[in-house]
Amino acid sequence: MKDFLLIYRADYSTYPNPRRSPEEMQVLTQKWMNWVAGIAAQEKLVDRGNRLVNSGKVLKSNGSVSDGPYTEIKESIMGYSLIKAISMEEASKLAEGCPILSYEGSVEVREINAI
Amino acid sequence: MQQHELIPHLFRTEYSKIVAVLCNSFDLRHLEIAEDIASETFLKATEIWGIKGVPENPTAWLYTVAKNKIKDYFKHNSVVERQVKEAVKLNDIETALDFEFSHQNIADSQLAMIFAVCNPENSTDAQICLALQILCGFSIEEIANAFLTNSEAIKKRLYRARTNLRNGNFQIKTLSDLEIKSRAESVLKTLYLLFNEGYFSKTNDQLIRKDLCSEAIRLTSILTENALTDGPQVNALLALMYFQSSRFDARTNDKGEVILLEDQDRSLWDKELIEKGNHYLVNAYQSNEVSKYHLEAAIAYWHTTPTDENTWQHILQLYNQLILIEYSPITALNRAFAFAKVYGWEKGVEEAEKLALNSNSHYYSLLGYLYANIDIDRSIRYYKKAVTLTRSKVEMETLRKEIGRLEEKGGRG
Repeated sequence: MKDFLLIYRADYSTYPNPRRSPEEMQVLTQKWMNWVAGIAAQEKLVDRGNRLVNSGKVLKSNGSVSDGPYTEIKESIMGYSLIKAISMEEASKLAEGCPILSYEGSVEVREINAI
Repeated sequence: MQQHELIPHLFRTEYSKIVAVLCNSFDLRHLEIAEDIASETFLKATEIWGIKGVPENPTAWLYTVAKNKIKDYFKHNSVVERQVKEAVKLNDIETALDFEFSHQNIADSQLAMIFAVCNPENSTDAQICLALQILCGFSIEEIANAFLTNSEAIKKRLYRARTNLRNGNFQIKTLSDLEIKSRAESVLKTLYLLFNEGYFSKTNDQLIRKDLCSEAIRLTSILTENALTDGPQVNALLALMYFQSSRFDARTNDKGEVILLEDQDRSLWDKELIEKGNHYLVNAYQSNEVSKYHLEAAIAYWHTTPTDENTWQHILQLYNQLILIEYSPITALNRAFAFAKVYGWEKGVEEAEKLALNSNSHYYSLLGYLYANIDIDRSIRYYKKAVTLTRSKVEMETLRKEIGRLEEKGGRG
Protein backbone atom coordinates (compact mmCIF):
# COMPACT_ATOMS: atom_id res chain seq x y z
CA MET A 1 0.00 0.00 0.00
CA LYS A 2 1.19 3.48 -0.84
CA ASP A 3 -0.06 6.80 0.45
CA PHE A 4 -1.66 9.30 -1.87
CA LEU A 5 -2.56 12.92 -1.35
CA LEU A 6 -5.87 14.09 -2.75
CA ILE A 7 -5.90 17.82 -3.44
CA TYR A 8 -9.34 19.35 -3.93
CA ARG A 9 -9.59 22.39 -6.18
CA ALA A 10 -12.52 24.59 -7.05
CA ASP A 11 -13.47 28.08 -8.09
CA TYR A 12 -13.99 30.10 -4.92
CA SER A 13 -16.50 32.37 -6.64
CA THR A 14 -18.87 29.46 -7.22
CA TYR A 15 -17.92 26.88 -4.59
CA PRO A 16 -19.07 26.81 -1.92
CA ASN A 17 -21.76 29.18 -3.08
CA PRO A 18 -22.64 31.44 -0.15
CA ARG A 19 -26.13 31.83 -1.57
CA ARG A 20 -26.80 28.14 -1.25
CA SER A 21 -29.75 27.37 1.00
CA PRO A 22 -29.19 25.61 4.32
CA GLU A 23 -30.89 22.54 2.82
CA GLU A 24 -28.48 22.51 -0.09
CA MET A 25 -25.52 22.90 2.27
CA GLN A 26 -26.87 20.00 4.29
CA VAL A 27 -27.05 17.82 1.19
CA LEU A 28 -23.51 18.82 0.21
CA THR A 29 -22.17 18.00 3.68
CA GLN A 30 -23.89 14.62 3.51
CA LYS A 31 -22.30 13.91 0.13
CA TRP A 32 -18.84 14.65 1.52
CA MET A 33 -19.46 12.55 4.61
CA ASN A 34 -20.77 9.63 2.57
CA TRP A 35 -17.80 9.78 0.25
CA VAL A 36 -15.07 10.11 2.90
CA ALA A 37 -16.71 7.48 5.13
CA GLY A 38 -16.97 5.20 2.07
CA ILE A 39 -13.19 5.35 1.74
CA ALA A 40 -12.75 4.78 5.48
CA ALA A 41 -15.09 1.78 5.23
CA GLN A 42 -12.62 0.22 2.80
CA GLU A 43 -9.88 0.86 5.36
CA LYS A 44 -8.17 3.19 2.91
CA LEU A 45 -8.41 6.54 4.62
CA VAL A 46 -5.15 7.63 6.25
CA ASP A 47 -6.20 11.11 7.32
CA ARG A 48 -9.39 12.87 6.38
CA GLY A 49 -7.26 16.02 6.09
CA ASN A 50 -8.49 19.59 6.28
CA ARG A 51 -10.40 22.29 4.55
CA LEU A 52 -8.51 25.52 3.97
CA VAL A 53 -9.71 29.02 4.80
CA ASN A 54 -10.28 30.83 1.53
CA SER A 55 -7.73 33.58 2.05
CA GLY A 56 -3.96 33.61 2.42
CA LYS A 57 -0.71 35.07 1.20
CA VAL A 58 1.78 34.09 -1.48
CA LEU A 59 5.47 34.86 -0.98
CA LYS A 60 7.71 34.89 -4.06
CA SER A 61 11.48 34.77 -4.62
CA ASN A 62 11.52 38.40 -5.76
CA GLY A 63 10.32 39.42 -2.29
CA SER A 64 6.77 40.18 -3.33
CA VAL A 65 3.95 39.20 -0.99
CA SER A 66 0.45 39.09 -2.39
CA ASP A 67 -2.93 38.51 -0.77
CA GLY A 68 -5.43 35.84 -1.56
CA PRO A 69 -8.10 34.78 -2.31
CA TYR A 70 -6.91 34.34 -5.82
CA THR A 71 -10.00 35.14 -7.75
CA GLU A 72 -7.91 35.34 -10.90
CA ILE A 73 -7.10 31.63 -10.51
CA LYS A 74 -9.95 29.48 -11.72
CA GLU A 75 -9.12 26.63 -9.36
CA SER A 76 -7.84 27.29 -5.86
CA ILE A 77 -6.93 24.63 -3.36
CA MET A 78 -9.91 23.99 -1.09
CA GLY A 79 -8.52 21.19 1.03
CA TYR A 80 -6.80 17.84 1.04
CA SER A 81 -7.03 14.27 2.36
CA LEU A 82 -4.60 11.41 2.64
CA ILE A 83 -5.57 7.94 1.43
CA LYS A 84 -3.79 4.64 0.81
CA ALA A 85 -4.06 2.40 -2.21
CA ILE A 86 -2.16 -0.33 -4.01
CA SER A 87 -1.64 1.71 -7.16
CA MET A 88 -2.25 5.07 -8.76
CA GLU A 89 -5.14 3.43 -10.63
CA GLU A 90 -6.82 2.39 -7.43
CA ALA A 91 -6.21 5.79 -5.85
CA SER A 92 -7.79 7.51 -8.84
CA LYS A 93 -10.72 5.11 -8.66
CA LEU A 94 -11.26 6.09 -5.01
CA ALA A 95 -11.16 9.76 -5.99
CA GLU A 96 -13.87 9.29 -8.60
CA GLY A 97 -16.81 9.78 -6.30
CA CYS A 98 -15.54 13.05 -4.83
CA PRO A 99 -18.45 15.49 -4.54
CA ILE A 100 -16.33 18.40 -5.71
CA LEU A 101 -16.42 16.90 -9.22
CA SER A 102 -20.16 17.63 -9.40
CA TYR A 103 -19.40 21.31 -8.74
CA GLU A 104 -16.94 21.83 -11.58
CA GLY A 105 -14.01 21.33 -9.25
CA SER A 106 -11.13 18.89 -9.59
CA VAL A 107 -9.20 16.35 -7.56
CA GLU A 108 -5.48 15.95 -8.06
CA VAL A 109 -4.11 12.55 -7.01
CA ARG A 110 -0.43 12.50 -6.08
CA GLU A 111 1.60 9.66 -4.69
CA ILE A 112 3.59 10.49 -1.56
CA ASN A 113 7.29 10.08 -2.11
CA ALA A 114 8.24 7.69 0.67
CA ILE A 115 12.00 8.20 0.38
CA MET B 1 -34.95 -18.87 47.15
CA GLN B 2 -34.08 -22.48 47.97
CA GLN B 3 -30.95 -23.03 50.04
CA HIS B 4 -29.14 -24.93 47.29
CA GLU B 5 -29.64 -21.93 45.03
CA LEU B 6 -28.82 -19.37 47.68
CA ILE B 7 -25.11 -20.06 48.07
CA PRO B 8 -24.29 -20.00 44.33
CA HIS B 9 -26.34 -16.82 44.06
CA LEU B 10 -24.52 -15.17 46.96
CA PHE B 11 -21.23 -16.39 45.61
CA ARG B 12 -21.95 -14.58 42.36
CA THR B 13 -23.01 -11.33 44.00
CA GLU B 14 -20.78 -11.23 47.10
CA TYR B 15 -17.53 -12.99 46.27
CA SER B 16 -16.14 -10.17 44.12
CA LYS B 17 -17.28 -7.58 46.68
CA ILE B 18 -15.47 -9.32 49.53
CA VAL B 19 -12.30 -9.65 47.45
CA ALA B 20 -12.45 -5.98 46.44
CA VAL B 21 -13.04 -4.68 49.97
CA LEU B 22 -10.25 -6.83 51.45
CA CYS B 23 -7.81 -5.76 48.77
CA ASN B 24 -8.74 -2.15 49.19
CA SER B 25 -8.60 -2.11 52.99
CA PHE B 26 -5.21 -3.78 53.24
CA ASP B 27 -3.60 -2.49 50.12
CA LEU B 28 -3.03 -6.11 49.22
CA ARG B 29 -0.69 -6.70 46.37
CA HIS B 30 -1.37 -10.35 46.71
CA LEU B 31 -4.80 -10.77 45.32
CA GLU B 32 -4.63 -14.49 46.11
CA ILE B 33 -4.84 -13.85 49.86
CA ALA B 34 -8.10 -11.98 49.47
CA GLU B 35 -9.42 -14.66 47.11
CA ASP B 36 -8.48 -17.42 49.55
CA ILE B 37 -10.26 -15.67 52.38
CA ALA B 38 -13.37 -15.10 50.27
CA SER B 39 -13.37 -18.77 49.19
CA GLU B 40 -12.90 -19.98 52.76
CA THR B 41 -15.75 -17.77 53.85
CA PHE B 42 -18.08 -19.48 51.40
CA LEU B 43 -16.78 -22.89 52.37
CA LYS B 44 -17.62 -22.12 55.98
CA ALA B 45 -21.08 -20.91 54.95
CA THR B 46 -21.72 -24.19 53.15
CA GLU B 47 -20.69 -26.20 56.22
CA ILE B 48 -22.47 -24.18 58.89
CA TRP B 49 -25.64 -23.27 57.02
CA GLY B 50 -26.08 -26.91 56.11
CA ILE B 51 -26.23 -27.82 59.79
CA LYS B 52 -27.67 -24.78 61.49
CA GLY B 53 -29.75 -23.38 58.70
CA VAL B 54 -29.40 -20.09 56.84
CA PRO B 55 -28.87 -17.06 59.09
CA GLU B 56 -31.34 -14.20 59.07
CA ASN B 57 -29.04 -11.90 57.14
CA PRO B 58 -26.77 -14.14 55.04
CA THR B 59 -24.84 -11.27 53.46
CA ALA B 60 -23.96 -9.70 56.82
CA TRP B 61 -22.96 -13.15 58.04
CA LEU B 62 -20.53 -13.55 55.15
CA TYR B 63 -19.03 -10.11 55.75
CA THR B 64 -18.48 -10.82 59.46
CA VAL B 65 -16.84 -14.15 58.77
CA ALA B 66 -14.60 -12.62 56.09
CA LYS B 67 -13.59 -9.90 58.51
CA ASN B 68 -12.75 -12.40 61.26
CA LYS B 69 -10.79 -14.49 58.84
CA ILE B 70 -8.57 -11.64 57.79
CA LYS B 71 -7.99 -10.80 61.46
CA ASP B 72 -6.89 -14.39 62.03
CA TYR B 73 -4.61 -14.14 59.09
CA PHE B 74 -2.80 -11.19 60.53
CA LYS B 75 -2.61 -12.73 63.99
CA HIS B 76 -1.48 -16.21 63.11
CA ASN B 77 0.18 -16.19 59.80
CA SER B 78 3.63 -14.75 60.10
CA VAL B 79 4.37 -15.56 56.46
CA VAL B 80 1.53 -13.37 55.36
CA GLU B 81 2.68 -10.74 57.78
CA ARG B 82 6.07 -10.63 56.16
CA GLN B 83 4.53 -10.59 52.73
CA VAL B 84 2.34 -7.62 53.41
CA LYS B 85 4.78 -5.81 55.62
CA GLU B 86 6.01 -3.68 52.77
CA ALA B 87 2.51 -2.53 52.04
CA VAL B 88 1.05 -2.18 55.51
CA LYS B 89 3.02 -1.11 58.54
CA LEU B 90 2.16 -3.39 61.44
CA ASN B 91 0.71 -0.69 63.65
CA ASP B 92 -1.52 0.32 60.75
CA ILE B 93 -3.12 -3.08 60.66
CA GLU B 94 -5.32 -2.38 63.66
CA THR B 95 -6.57 0.78 61.97
CA ALA B 96 -7.07 -1.12 58.73
CA LEU B 97 -9.03 -3.82 60.53
CA ASP B 98 -11.55 -1.18 61.42
CA PHE B 99 -13.06 -1.35 57.92
CA GLU B 100 -16.74 -1.93 57.29
CA PHE B 101 -18.57 -3.69 54.51
CA SER B 102 -20.69 -0.58 54.06
CA HIS B 103 -22.46 0.15 50.80
CA GLN B 104 -20.06 3.02 50.17
CA ASN B 105 -16.94 1.02 50.94
CA ILE B 106 -18.07 -1.82 48.69
CA ALA B 107 -18.78 0.58 45.82
CA ASP B 108 -15.47 2.42 46.25
CA SER B 109 -13.52 -0.82 46.52
CA GLN B 110 -15.13 -2.29 43.45
CA LEU B 111 -14.46 0.86 41.50
CA ALA B 112 -10.80 0.75 42.50
CA MET B 113 -10.72 -2.93 41.59
CA ILE B 114 -12.12 -2.27 38.13
CA PHE B 115 -9.30 0.18 37.46
CA ALA B 116 -6.67 -2.18 38.85
CA VAL B 117 -7.82 -5.07 36.71
CA CYS B 118 -8.22 -3.26 33.39
CA ASN B 119 -4.66 -3.31 32.17
CA PRO B 120 -4.09 -2.15 28.59
CA GLU B 121 -1.23 -4.65 28.32
CA ASN B 122 -3.54 -7.66 28.50
CA SER B 123 -4.88 -9.18 25.33
CA THR B 124 -8.58 -8.62 24.73
CA ASP B 125 -9.62 -12.17 25.55
CA ALA B 126 -7.44 -12.37 28.65
CA GLN B 127 -8.82 -9.04 29.80
CA ILE B 128 -12.42 -10.23 29.62
CA CYS B 129 -11.57 -13.49 31.40
CA LEU B 130 -9.85 -11.59 34.17
CA ALA B 131 -12.75 -9.18 34.55
CA LEU B 132 -15.19 -12.10 34.69
CA GLN B 133 -13.17 -13.86 37.34
CA ILE B 134 -12.19 -11.00 39.62
CA LEU B 135 -14.95 -8.46 39.07
CA CYS B 136 -17.88 -10.77 38.44
CA GLY B 137 -17.00 -13.84 40.51
CA PHE B 138 -17.36 -16.28 37.58
CA SER B 139 -15.81 -19.70 38.02
CA ILE B 140 -13.32 -20.96 35.45
CA GLU B 141 -15.95 -23.43 34.16
CA GLU B 142 -18.47 -20.64 33.68
CA ILE B 143 -15.96 -18.55 31.77
CA ALA B 144 -15.06 -21.56 29.62
CA ASN B 145 -18.77 -22.06 28.84
CA ALA B 146 -19.17 -18.44 27.81
CA PHE B 147 -16.19 -18.66 25.46
CA LEU B 148 -17.12 -22.15 24.20
CA THR B 149 -13.72 -23.49 25.16
CA ASN B 150 -12.23 -25.73 27.85
CA SER B 151 -11.08 -24.85 31.35
CA GLU B 152 -7.42 -25.41 30.53
CA ALA B 153 -7.45 -22.72 27.83
CA ILE B 154 -9.09 -20.27 30.21
CA LYS B 155 -6.58 -21.09 32.97
CA LYS B 156 -3.75 -20.30 30.58
CA ARG B 157 -5.25 -16.97 29.63
CA LEU B 158 -5.85 -16.09 33.26
CA TYR B 159 -2.36 -17.13 34.30
CA ARG B 160 -0.77 -14.67 31.91
CA ALA B 161 -3.16 -11.88 32.79
CA ARG B 162 -2.61 -12.38 36.51
CA THR B 163 1.15 -12.35 36.04
CA ASN B 164 0.76 -9.00 34.34
CA LEU B 165 -1.33 -7.86 37.27
CA ARG B 166 1.44 -8.74 39.72
CA ASN B 167 4.27 -7.38 37.59
CA GLY B 168 2.38 -4.17 37.10
CA ASN B 169 2.74 -3.54 40.83
CA PHE B 170 -0.93 -4.28 41.40
CA GLN B 171 -2.30 -1.85 43.90
CA ILE B 172 -5.85 -0.67 44.28
CA LYS B 173 -5.77 1.74 47.14
CA THR B 174 -5.38 5.21 45.75
CA LEU B 175 -7.49 6.05 42.77
CA SER B 176 -6.02 9.34 41.67
CA ASP B 177 -7.22 11.63 38.90
CA LEU B 178 -4.15 10.69 36.92
CA GLU B 179 -4.80 6.98 37.22
CA ILE B 180 -8.40 7.42 36.24
CA LYS B 181 -7.42 9.38 33.16
CA SER B 182 -4.73 6.95 32.08
CA ARG B 183 -6.87 3.85 32.55
CA ALA B 184 -10.32 5.14 31.65
CA GLU B 185 -10.07 4.11 28.01
CA SER B 186 -9.00 0.61 28.90
CA VAL B 187 -11.76 0.31 31.52
CA LEU B 188 -14.48 1.39 29.10
CA LYS B 189 -13.17 -0.92 26.42
CA THR B 190 -13.19 -3.90 28.79
CA LEU B 191 -16.76 -3.20 29.90
CA TYR B 192 -17.83 -2.70 26.28
CA LEU B 193 -16.25 -6.03 25.28
CA LEU B 194 -17.72 -7.78 28.29
CA PHE B 195 -21.17 -6.65 27.21
CA ASN B 196 -20.58 -7.63 23.58
CA GLU B 197 -19.29 -11.02 24.66
CA GLY B 198 -22.72 -11.57 26.16
CA TYR B 199 -24.76 -9.86 23.47
CA PHE B 200 -23.06 -11.41 20.46
CA SER B 201 -21.88 -14.47 22.32
CA LYS B 202 -20.61 -17.60 20.68
CA THR B 203 -22.58 -19.63 23.17
CA ASN B 204 -26.21 -20.39 22.66
CA ASP B 205 -26.94 -20.45 26.37
CA GLN B 206 -29.29 -17.51 26.93
CA LEU B 207 -28.73 -17.53 30.69
CA ILE B 208 -24.96 -17.08 30.42
CA ARG B 209 -25.45 -14.38 27.81
CA LYS B 210 -27.86 -12.41 29.96
CA ASP B 211 -25.56 -12.82 32.93
CA LEU B 212 -22.63 -11.33 31.02
CA CYS B 213 -24.72 -8.38 29.86
CA SER B 214 -26.14 -7.62 33.28
CA GLU B 215 -22.70 -7.88 34.88
CA ALA B 216 -21.37 -5.36 32.34
CA ILE B 217 -24.26 -3.04 33.18
CA ARG B 218 -23.67 -3.46 36.92
CA LEU B 219 -19.97 -2.59 36.62
CA THR B 220 -20.60 0.37 34.32
CA SER B 221 -23.21 1.65 36.77
CA ILE B 222 -20.55 1.66 39.48
CA LEU B 223 -18.65 4.13 37.29
CA THR B 224 -21.66 6.43 36.79
CA GLU B 225 -22.40 6.40 40.51
CA ASN B 226 -19.02 7.85 41.45
CA ALA B 227 -18.33 11.52 40.74
CA LEU B 228 -14.68 10.72 39.91
CA THR B 229 -15.60 8.50 36.99
CA ASP B 230 -19.04 9.73 35.95
CA GLY B 231 -18.15 11.20 32.54
CA PRO B 232 -19.87 11.58 29.16
CA GLN B 233 -18.31 8.42 27.70
CA VAL B 234 -19.37 6.25 30.63
CA ASN B 235 -22.92 7.52 30.31
CA ALA B 236 -22.88 6.89 26.57
CA LEU B 237 -21.64 3.34 27.13
CA LEU B 238 -24.31 2.65 29.72
CA ALA B 239 -27.00 4.06 27.41
CA LEU B 240 -25.75 1.76 24.65
CA MET B 241 -25.94 -1.26 26.97
CA TYR B 242 -29.50 -0.44 28.05
CA PHE B 243 -30.71 0.10 24.48
CA GLN B 244 -29.19 -3.17 23.34
CA SER B 245 -30.53 -5.05 26.37
CA SER B 246 -34.03 -3.75 25.73
CA ARG B 247 -34.14 -5.96 22.61
CA PHE B 248 -32.55 -8.99 24.21
CA ASP B 249 -35.68 -11.15 24.15
CA ALA B 250 -36.85 -9.96 20.74
CA ARG B 251 -33.62 -10.47 18.82
CA THR B 252 -33.47 -14.24 18.91
CA ASN B 253 -36.12 -16.92 18.55
CA ASP B 254 -36.40 -19.91 20.84
CA LYS B 255 -33.72 -21.72 18.82
CA GLY B 256 -31.30 -18.88 19.39
CA GLU B 257 -31.43 -17.75 15.75
CA VAL B 258 -30.99 -14.03 15.23
CA ILE B 259 -34.08 -12.13 14.11
CA LEU B 260 -33.47 -9.00 12.03
CA LEU B 261 -34.53 -5.76 13.63
CA GLU B 262 -37.35 -5.13 11.15
CA ASP B 263 -38.83 -8.57 11.80
CA GLN B 264 -38.69 -8.32 15.58
CA ASP B 265 -41.82 -8.33 17.70
CA ARG B 266 -41.63 -4.83 19.15
CA SER B 267 -43.96 -5.67 21.99
CA LEU B 268 -41.08 -7.77 23.35
CA TRP B 269 -38.84 -4.71 23.63
CA ASP B 270 -38.35 -3.72 27.25
CA LYS B 271 -39.70 -0.17 27.59
CA GLU B 272 -38.19 0.31 31.02
CA LEU B 273 -34.69 -0.39 29.71
CA ILE B 274 -35.26 1.94 26.75
CA GLU B 275 -36.21 4.68 29.25
CA LYS B 276 -32.99 4.06 31.15
CA GLY B 277 -31.06 4.21 27.90
CA ASN B 278 -32.67 7.57 27.10
CA HIS B 279 -31.77 8.87 30.54
CA TYR B 280 -28.06 8.04 30.18
CA LEU B 281 -27.96 9.17 26.56
CA VAL B 282 -29.17 12.63 27.61
CA ASN B 283 -26.45 12.67 30.31
CA ALA B 284 -23.86 11.65 27.74
CA TYR B 285 -24.69 14.59 25.50
CA GLN B 286 -24.35 17.18 28.28
CA SER B 287 -20.91 18.04 26.89
CA ASN B 288 -19.65 18.41 23.33
CA GLU B 289 -17.59 15.25 23.52
CA VAL B 290 -18.42 12.69 20.84
CA SER B 291 -16.85 9.28 21.33
CA LYS B 292 -17.50 5.98 19.61
CA TYR B 293 -19.73 5.09 22.55
CA HIS B 294 -21.82 8.21 21.88
CA LEU B 295 -22.23 7.24 18.24
CA GLU B 296 -23.05 3.63 18.97
CA ALA B 297 -25.53 4.64 21.65
CA ALA B 298 -27.15 7.12 19.26
CA ILE B 299 -27.41 4.41 16.58
CA ALA B 300 -28.98 2.06 19.12
CA TYR B 301 -31.36 4.86 20.12
CA TRP B 302 -32.60 5.23 16.53
CA HIS B 303 -33.12 1.48 16.43
CA THR B 304 -35.46 1.64 19.42
CA THR B 305 -37.67 4.44 18.10
CA PRO B 306 -40.37 3.87 15.51
CA THR B 307 -38.91 4.39 12.03
CA ASP B 308 -39.86 7.42 9.99
CA GLU B 309 -38.53 8.52 6.60
CA ASN B 310 -35.38 10.07 8.09
CA THR B 311 -34.40 7.34 10.54
CA TRP B 312 -31.97 5.57 8.21
CA GLN B 313 -30.48 8.86 7.06
CA HIS B 314 -29.64 9.64 10.71
CA ILE B 315 -28.26 6.16 11.24
CA LEU B 316 -26.11 6.39 8.10
CA GLN B 317 -24.63 9.72 9.20
CA LEU B 318 -23.80 8.22 12.59
CA TYR B 319 -22.11 5.26 10.93
CA ASN B 320 -20.20 7.70 8.71
CA GLN B 321 -18.81 9.37 11.83
CA LEU B 322 -18.17 6.07 13.58
CA ILE B 323 -16.11 4.62 10.74
CA LEU B 324 -13.96 7.76 10.76
CA ILE B 325 -13.24 7.34 14.47
CA GLU B 326 -12.50 3.63 14.34
CA TYR B 327 -12.50 1.20 11.45
CA SER B 328 -13.93 -2.24 11.99
CA PRO B 329 -15.32 -4.68 9.42
CA ILE B 330 -18.64 -4.89 11.27
CA THR B 331 -19.03 -1.09 11.26
CA ALA B 332 -18.20 -1.02 7.54
CA LEU B 333 -20.86 -3.69 6.87
CA ASN B 334 -23.49 -2.01 9.03
CA ARG B 335 -22.78 1.27 7.30
CA ALA B 336 -23.30 -0.35 3.89
CA PHE B 337 -26.61 -1.76 5.13
CA ALA B 338 -27.71 1.72 6.27
CA PHE B 339 -26.52 3.11 2.92
CA ALA B 340 -28.79 0.65 1.11
CA LYS B 341 -31.71 1.63 3.33
CA VAL B 342 -31.26 5.28 2.34
CA TYR B 343 -30.24 5.05 -1.32
CA GLY B 344 -31.78 1.78 -2.44
CA TRP B 345 -30.61 -1.78 -3.10
CA GLU B 346 -28.50 -1.09 -6.23
CA LYS B 347 -26.50 1.72 -4.65
CA GLY B 348 -26.22 -0.35 -1.48
CA VAL B 349 -24.76 -3.25 -3.44
CA GLU B 350 -22.22 -0.91 -5.05
CA GLU B 351 -21.18 0.42 -1.65
CA ALA B 352 -21.03 -3.05 -0.10
CA GLU B 353 -18.99 -4.61 -2.92
CA LYS B 354 -16.27 -1.99 -2.47
CA LEU B 355 -15.57 -3.46 0.97
CA ALA B 356 -14.25 -6.71 -0.55
CA LEU B 357 -14.15 -8.49 2.82
CA ASN B 358 -13.68 -11.79 1.03
CA SER B 359 -13.13 -14.00 4.06
CA ASN B 360 -15.95 -12.55 6.15
CA SER B 361 -19.22 -14.52 6.30
CA HIS B 362 -21.18 -11.39 7.22
CA TYR B 363 -19.93 -9.70 4.05
CA TYR B 364 -21.50 -12.42 1.92
CA SER B 365 -24.69 -12.58 3.95
CA LEU B 366 -25.05 -8.81 3.51
CA LEU B 367 -24.60 -9.20 -0.27
CA GLY B 368 -27.09 -12.06 -0.18
CA TYR B 369 -29.56 -9.85 1.64
CA LEU B 370 -29.11 -6.90 -0.74
CA TYR B 371 -29.26 -9.03 -3.89
CA ALA B 372 -32.45 -10.79 -2.74
CA ASN B 373 -34.38 -7.84 -4.16
CA ILE B 374 -32.35 -7.56 -7.37
CA ASP B 375 -31.15 -10.99 -8.46
CA ILE B 376 -32.39 -14.01 -6.49
CA ASP B 377 -29.95 -16.50 -8.05
CA ARG B 378 -27.00 -14.33 -7.16
CA SER B 379 -28.41 -13.78 -3.70
CA ILE B 380 -28.54 -17.54 -3.10
CA ARG B 381 -24.95 -17.93 -4.29
CA TYR B 382 -23.79 -15.31 -1.81
CA TYR B 383 -25.74 -16.87 1.04
CA LYS B 384 -24.18 -20.24 0.20
CA LYS B 385 -20.74 -18.66 0.24
CA ALA B 386 -21.54 -17.22 3.68
CA VAL B 387 -22.51 -20.70 4.90
CA THR B 388 -19.06 -22.02 3.95
CA LEU B 389 -17.34 -19.25 5.87
CA THR B 390 -19.27 -19.08 9.11
CA ARG B 391 -18.20 -21.04 12.16
CA SER B 392 -21.36 -20.33 14.09
CA LYS B 393 -23.93 -23.12 13.98
CA VAL B 394 -26.77 -20.73 14.71
CA GLU B 395 -25.74 -18.40 11.88
CA MET B 396 -25.49 -21.35 9.53
CA GLU B 397 -29.06 -22.36 10.35
CA THR B 398 -30.33 -18.82 9.81
CA LEU B 399 -28.57 -18.65 6.44
CA ARG B 400 -29.85 -22.06 5.31
CA LYS B 401 -33.37 -21.04 6.16
CA GLU B 402 -33.00 -17.91 4.06
CA ILE B 403 -31.63 -19.94 1.14
CA GLY B 404 -34.62 -22.27 1.45
CA ARG B 405 -37.01 -19.33 1.38
CA LEU B 406 -35.40 -17.91 -1.77
CA GLU B 407 -35.42 -21.31 -3.50
CA GLU B 408 -39.12 -21.58 -2.83
CA LYS B 409 -39.51 -18.30 -4.68
CA GLY B 410 -37.87 -19.97 -7.68
CA GLY B 411 -34.26 -18.96 -7.19
CA ARG B 412 -31.42 -21.24 -8.19
CA GLY B 413 -27.99 -20.70 -6.71
